[in-house]
Amino acid sequence: MSTTESGKTSTASEASDADAVTGDELGAAGSHLSTAPEEDREDRGPNLPRLGVIGWVRWFWRQLTSMRVALILLFLLSLGAIPGSLIPQSGVDEMKVQTFKDAHTTLAPVYDKLGLFHVYSSVWFSAIYILLFISLIGCIVPRTWQFVGQLRGRAPGAPKRFTHLPASVTWRTDTEPEQVRAAALALLKKRRFRAHVAGDAVASEKGYLREAGNLIFHVALIVLLVSFAWGQLFKSEGGKLMVEGDGGFSNALPMYDDFKSGSLFDSDTDLTPFSFQLDKFVGTYERTGPNKATPRTYRADVTYSVGADGKAQKTAIEVNKPLEIDGTKVYLNGHGYAPTVTVRDGRGKIVSRQAVPLLPIDSNVTSTGAIKVMDGYRDKSGKKEQLGFNAFFVPTFAGSGKGNMFSQFPALDYPVLAVSAYHGSLGVDSGIPQNVYQLDTSNMKKFKDSKGELLKERLRPGETMKLPNGAGSITFDKDIKQWASFQITHQPGTGWALTGALAAIAGLAASLFIQRRRVWVRAAPGADGVTVVEMGGLGRSESSKVAEELGELAAHLHEQAPSAADPRPAVPAEGAEK
Amino acid sequence: MNLAAATNENLAHISNVLIYSSMAVYLLAFFAHMAEWLFGSRSKVGRTAAALTQQKDSATATPGTVKVQVKGKNGGTTTLERPAVVTRAVAGARDVPDGPGASGGDEQGDLYGRIAVSLTVLAFLVEASGVLTRALSVQRAPWGNMYEFNITFSTVAVAVYLGFMLAKKNIGWLGLPLVTTVLLDLGLAVTVLYTASDQLVPALHSYWLYIHVSTAIFCGAVFYVGAVATLLYLFRDAYESKLASGGQPGKFATSVMERLPAAASLDKFSYRVNAAVFPLWTFTIIAGAIWAGDAWGRYWGWDPKETWSFITWVAYACYLHARATAGWKGRKAAYLALIAFGCWLFNYYGVNIFVTGKHSYAGV
Ligand code: HEM
Repeated sequence: MSTTESGKTSTASEASDADAVTGDELGAAGSHLSTAPEEDREDRGPNLPRLGVIGWVRWFWRQLTSMRVALILLFLLSLGAIPGSLIPQSGVDEMKVQTFKDAHTTLAPVYDKLGLFHVYSSVWFSAIYILLFISLIGCIVPRTWQFVGQLRGRAPGAPKRFTHLPASVTWRTDTEPEQVRAAALALLKKRRFRAHVAGDAVASEKGYLREAGNLIFHVALIVLLVSFAWGQLFKSEGGKLMVEGDGGFSNALPMYDDFKSGSLFDSDTDLTPFSFQLDKFVGTYERTGPNKATPRTYRADVTYSVGADGKAQKTAIEVNKPLEIDGTKVYLNGHGYAPTVTVRDGRGKIVSRQAVPLLPIDSNVTSTGAIKVMDGYRDKSGKKEQLGFNAFFVPTFAGSGKGNMFSQFPALDYPVLAVSAYHGSLGVDSGIPQNVYQLDTSNMKKFKDSKGELLKERLRPGETMKLPNGAGSITFDKDIKQWASFQITHQPGTGWALTGALAAIAGLAASLFIQRRRVWVRAAPGADGVTVVEMGGLGRSESSKVAEELGELAAHLHEQAPSAADPRPAVPAEGAEK
Repeated sequence: MNLAAATNENLAHISNVLIYSSMAVYLLAFFAHMAEWLFGSRSKVGRTAAALTQQKDSATATPGTVKVQVKGKNGGTTTLERPAVVTRAVAGARDVPDGPGASGGDEQGDLYGRIAVSLTVLAFLVEASGVLTRALSVQRAPWGNMYEFNITFSTVAVAVYLGFMLAKKNIGWLGLPLVTTVLLDLGLAVTVLYTASDQLVPALHSYWLYIHVSTAIFCGAVFYVGAVATLLYLFRDAYESKLASGGQPGKFATSVMERLPAAASLDKFSYRVNAAVFPLWTFTIIAGAIWAGDAWGRYWGWDPKETWSFITWVAYACYLHARATAGWKGRKAAYLALIAFGCWLFNYYGVNIFVTGKHSYAGV
């Protein structure tokens, strides 16, 4: 290109939107410049449904697949998504929903009826997006056929009058019309227009990728939704808490603490075989400054092996770095302390030594839990009995005399374990599922201290609390372990979802950045025998630069068919309009 | 360790000083813009009305040839003749020239306009250094909390504006609204949202932070520019309609509106800007989903922030559909664009402040 400016364009009227120009004035030349449905013309609402059931169905289908309804459905979809972001959702936080229900006794039942506590799985929300996707399919299929037809066909012939086009050029030349047409054809083809000669003019079109991109985008949306739905149906998700050095976890249903799965999930075949164990958990925290105690790193060092008896490998799982094995991902999602306690009976025999995971109740890892001795303990008289201890643990104790014992810092700076002791029956055999972190004291008796109150003591690592009357002792060992909890999820179809998403972006970019446009070049002898060249451009897309492109093409053609040495300005063959 | 902490604190302090300084310079730019508008009002421009009444006999450029200066290969210039392109307005559209800009062609106004832009460039450089030192002080991307988000956001918005300027686009009309918004944004940042510099919590440690948040900020800045154009389009369009139907707008409205670009130009600009950034916004959401998949174990969980990104996305898709649907072009589509930007704003401020979700690291 040798020019710096592409012809003169009269500024403000750079017609961009050919829709209004197409149709009537241009006839066939302006037709099918896109595959967008031409509705609004078929505004035949009231007088259509005279056609019986089939007519109704057709009418309904046409409405559903119209752009206007797609627009309304889209709008409803975004409107419908709003309540779910403002009202607590049971799928996200069941506790919050309960709190909300307790606080709003009149509103909550209404909300419940409307499905507002699970908006995204509610009937009405599903209705919106299912309708939208039916509409989408109903839109894509005919448009695809239409597009294929357009690809097979050729650009429509030139309109009668180029002056009706958004941009046009004309000049007179001494070159023969055939030569001009041949030059124009070559020029347009070189610029990758699909061009052919039709009568006395060259017709050409370019930018089909716009439509292709648009179709790809809309198809990709379907792929995205289907793979997401697929993933939901086959997904599995479970939690597992592990103490450092504990025996491993292998991926089978009984090993999970809790487990959820999609409705088509099959636990026999759909669980990836692997196993892993927690070697060490590392947590570091901000030591100084206004954000003191804010966590900085959480890392779980684990050993894992793939398959039934794979080689053991070491790796670290961090908050943003799950361990991925064959599409199953292991996420680190919680941590806490598991103090080791040793319980001895009256004769000093160890009846239990265990690292007891305790649940954090605040961000400084103040933790509570229960230490249970199920069997192996006999009291002085040799009778079998169970022991239970309520445990309260702080990794960093502020010092005594400060009221309640709450942790001051999440790291193990000054750990203290407070225990209170019970004996009797833990109630574990009653068949009712038990919370491992809580002690059910309904069938237990308190150990009493010298004042006759519940025996309790704050222990430092290594210290021991004696049970009264030689009933034994409990020791807070120096070895304080940490635990980490893992979420193990498997959701198939994410690869497809990702592919769909990327295709959607690519298609979208093509559909928004590529312009579809037509250029015609007519060369015919004028009244005085001199060849009149007319060029016209038509674009449908809003950001078309039809005029500029036409100016450039004209300049190139002009080089091969220079203006005739005629002093007066050329006049278009059929006379300028107005 | 302590030494490093001290330098970091120093840098954070320098950053604060720079941000405050940039506010002072933006304020000066604001006054310069005001002066530009004020002096510009002296000129008498009435081109819109003239164009609208003349439209009946819109004699477009005479067909023929124009002379075009072309740079030759060896540096010299030659004059070429080439045919002139005649363009024709869309049937029913107004053929109105763009206004002359805030200065209205007034010499003094123009001088103030230039001063305002220079000051904006200066303020931008100062602010950008402020963001950079902040980033250095925390040794990570400066996007850990609302304060940092805000200062980065306004910097990027100004960068987008200056980018358009550099590309020689007709964007002068954005100057005053932009500087005003930036001052509000920074004011909010240093008073309400200020957070001392610090490290990120583990959930934010990820390179997806760079990808997801940087594109989100950029999209926001571009959406903002699009929204201002849309808003001005609505005003200007009302003004033009009134003129076209023979009405007589008030003096003040005339003075301001006359100097803006034509409604059609503003409309086209806002569409292009919004459409151009929409694929990137789509990408931002997808990148966010991938990150969420790594950080929280699920790609999509209808967390409030996710939900509002989705709502924003659908709202912009609505807008793009509206533009393609005949009955919805023009004002109706413009309202949709504003609603869509409203959703973006709510996602940015509203969700962080009023709603709690997993994203509430915002540190307000
Ligand atoms: C799932 C919801 C949908 C989304 C998110 C969506 C999104 C979009 C976007 C962003 C565009 C702009 C691209 C462009 O202007 O070329 C677009 C264009 C388009 N959409 Fe959709 N769409 C959806 C559903 C539909 C449905 C149901 C229909 C059919 C009734 C439809 C028909 C069209 C058409 C014809 C265009 C092209 C307009 C043109 O050529 O300018 N879309 N869509």
